[in-house]
Amino acid sequence: MLTVTIFVPLLGALIVSLLPNHRERLIRRFALGTALVPLAALVLAWQRFEGTGGFEQVEAVPWIPTLGVGYVVGLDGISLPLAAMTALIFLAALLYPVDLRGRPREYFALFLFLETASLGVFLALDLFLFYVFWDLTLVGMYFLIGGWGHGEAARRSALKFFLYTLAASLAMLLAILGLYLSSDPHTFAMAEIIRQQPLPAAGWLSTLVFIGFALAFLVKAPLVPFHTWLPPAHVDAPAPVSAVLAGVLLKMGIYGFIRILLAMMPKTFERFALPLAILAVVSIVYGALVALAQGNLKRRIAYTSVNHMGYAMLGVAAAGAVLVGHEGARALALTGATVEMVAHGLITGALFLISGSVWTRSETYEIGQFGGLVARAPALTLATAVAAFASLGLPGLAGFVAEFQIFVGTFGVYPWLAAIGLLGILITAALFLQMLQQMFLGSLPERWQAWPELRPAEIAALGGLLVFVVLIGVIPAWLLDVIDSSARALVGP
Amino acid sequence: MGPEMLTSVEHLVPELALLAGSVVILVFALFAPRRWQSGAASIALGVLVGAGLLTVAMLGQPPTLTFFGTYAIDTPALLAKLLILGITAVTVVFSREWFRTDARHGEYYTLLLLSALGAILLAGAADLMELILAAVLSSATGFVLAAYHRQSKASGEAAIKYYLLGALANGAMLYGVAFLFGLAASTSFPALRVGLAAGGAGWVLGIAVALVMLGLAFKMAAVPVHAWMPDVAEGAPAPVAAFLTAAAKVGALVALARFMWILPEAGIAWRPLVAVLAAATMTLGNLAALWQDDVRRMLGWSAVSQTGYGLMALVALGRSELALPALLFFLVAYAVGNMAAFGVVVVLRGLSDRAAYRGLARTRPLLTAALVVSFLSFIGIPPLAGFTAKLALFGAAIDAGYAWLAVLAVANTVVSVAYYARVMGPAFFAPPGERPAILGPWAAVGTGVCAVGVVVIGLAAEPFLRWFQAAVLAS
Repeated sequence: MLTVTIFVPLLGALIVSLLPNHRERLIRRFALGTALVPLAALVLAWQRFEGTGGFEQVEAVPWIPTLGVGYVVGLDGISLPLAAMTALIFLAALLYPVDLRGRPREYFALFLFLETASLGVFLALDLFLFYVFWDLTLVGMYFLIGGWGHGEAARRSALKFFLYTLAASLAMLLAILGLYLSSDPHTFAMAEIIRQQPLPAAGWLSTLVFIGFALAFLVKAPLVPFHTWLPPAHVDAPAPVSAVLAGVLLKMGIYGFIRILLAMMPKTFERFALPLAILAVVSIVYGALVALAQGNLKRRIAYTSVNHMGYAMLGVAAAGAVLVGHEGARALALTGATVEMVAHGLITGALFLISGSVWTRSETYEIGQFGGLVARAPALTLATAVAAFASLGLPGLAGFVAEFQIFVGTFGVYPWLAAIGLLGILITAALFLQMLQQMFLGSLPERWQAWPELRPAEIAALGGLLVFVVLIGVIPAWLLDVIDSSARALVGP
Repeated sequence: MGPEMLTSVEHLVPELALLAGSVVILVFALFAPRRWQSGAASIALGVLVGAGLLTVAMLGQPPTLTFFGTYAIDTPALLAKLLILGITAVTVVFSREWFRTDARHGEYYTLLLLSALGAILLAGAADLMELILAAVLSSATGFVLAAYHRQSKASGEAAIKYYLLGALANGAMLYGVAFLFGLAASTSFPALRVGLAAGGAGWVLGIAVALVMLGLAFKMAAVPVHAWMPDVAEGAPAPVAAFLTAAAKVGALVALARFMWILPEAGIAWRPLVAVLAAATMTLGNLAALWQDDVRRMLGWSAVSQTGYGLMALVALGRSELALPALLFFLVAYAVGNMAAFGVVVVLRGLSDRAAYRGLARTRPLLTAALVVSFLSFIGIPPLAGFTAKLALFGAAIDAGYAWLAVLAVANTVVSVAYYARVMGPAFFAPPGERPAILGPWAAVGTGVCAVGVVVIGLAAEPFLRWFQAAVLAS
């Protein structure tokens, strides 16, 4: 079932690449139909989810047994919500209208290919397979940014993205090899490595392996100072690609911390938890401050991603801060971090799609150019307001649920860091309120008098994402219970 | 003829088939009229397939030294044989259409088969004399092949550079062999292993080993005798470039592994020596490739850097169980990927200007796909064959205590993305130009098969690795 979830988009991509480019409507509809399958399959998986705390719905086939590689997919309370969010964001992004440059076939084929790779990262339970999917997301993203981004600059940004994240993922490859070579018998199977806990808490090998993984995840997340690839990639990418980049790909970094470092090397994690937490707080404050200074809509949203991934990282660091004790607080922080990933995916996905709507109507991202848009586009205003308030953590919306849990949990472990981190929320509130006021309130400039309202496809895509933002905010239990089952298991009995 | 002679001849049937085939082609080329000259390609292809089948029939044999202990029959030798035969067969497919307009090219296939034979003998040589013979056979034919475009200055220049460097390297190797013979009073590998171990350390051994390594480094285009590779890639006829960048490298890497295997580790620190060679080769190849605006030259430098990656496996020889499997899998991945990449160039009639590849994705989507697949495999993107090869190579290096080499290889891999992307990116992103003409259907099919092979071998790595896991070097 999970195999179907992962590979149906790839199959769709192959079929799409055989269709002629002038059948744009057919290609679009086919791609959308294909993207519905993984979402439906994950809804079913959600219903069958038992919450045992371990891996469920596992499908395993030997792949390269000589090297200890298996094709193993499965899920737990952490990966299920992330995979479901991935499927939802991809559907919304595919639905979103975008300038296809006369190449719908390539665009949709790559997009579906990227969906397979992204779902694979969250559902893989074998380090080799995980790495395969991880690298494939880079390839898909590289061609999407370069091919449909804004002009020549997009190609440079695409290459920068590729070089940065490939360098990071190769560091991870060496770390995976380190873990693999110290397991006995040699294996890439995650469950087996978690059982063996092959590396001791200290020692140069453990340290190097940890740093290799951490580097890859910090670049991907990204946390300060590894974030420099992110703003250009976002600004130059087309909106749906930005939505996927921020909504899905960034999550893989934090997810890696949980899935690999927290689960497979908790003793080494304990040694590094404080530096990671400090890095997280720096990202929170720095990301928020830099975002506040941006006049470019996309850059501003991009930097709030750095800020939000800081929250998630803070939660994960708090969860791994000690091996024994504070179980309740640490589980709360971890649950909060996972909710933050889901919430940020949905919210920022929506915000980037909105920035795409703004671009197609105005060809500019400069916040200062706008004003009073509420008069012409109430639906756009509403969507932006919901997403912005959710992002700044207004109670009743998804962001609040996440950040509340992260901070309550972290206060139990790192009270001072949590207190500093709260500053970030204040700054984010300021920057979003200022953005809303600047763009939608005040007087409408002459040139935007004919500003068109959102089209049905845009409303459907944004609505699909924001409904869940509200739903998680109002009745979070259905999500929290799923995540909690694994968070408790991960922080120890 | 004693009984041992007879069994030995049985072991050499594929090699003898190649030799006989090359003679038949020579006679055919002499007497056949001009319009029949491309018939020589069909004969060559038949011979190669036949030799391949004969080799497959030998796969189950236990590792042994045959022909009075001078020639190895083991998994590395048999694999190299199959790979070189495959590379040559694909080259023949490319060449048939490439040399269509050359009125007199029948004997080209004679040279090609003899060059393949030289590379094959290199991989199996278990005697220094035979090693020399193989290296010279492979080089001498290679020089002529590189110069086969008699009217082309670039082709002539490539051949001259190849020849001068080759004369130096082969001569050096001969010196080294003489020294080794003086040290151990034998040229056969088993005797050398014993003789050299008894001799202890000494500067003569160091010089002798360095000289022999220089000869083999030339064949695989490793530093410091790598400079012919980009010239040949650029100037030689494109099918010959595909052949020379792959076949000799396969033979030479196996030969070097075999040679290292007889050296006493107490007497000479060959491991760090090969590690430095690997590091220098991959780094230089990558840095030089960065500045190339000629796609063929870029592929040549990239082939140099790939040699560096392959050498990582030799560093781990005897220290990590992954070493031989990594080397052999790398050879498979490299051979197939290299033929696919050069195949695209061949199909595009030797198109070398980087700018001419702009927008290729829209005018020639399938060829672009083949190019992208082979480049991504060179980079080591999973699940392509090149990824599994690099994984095994890195693993072997780390396992052998050479983690720094793996880190350097990673840094090099990141650098390499830049030059592959300089071709790949514009090919996909730029607006299309004029639709480039293609050579012919067979070259395209050959390229396509290799590109699909890169994907399939990556996904179905298990049978290969299971086979290589049991591999040993016969001694």
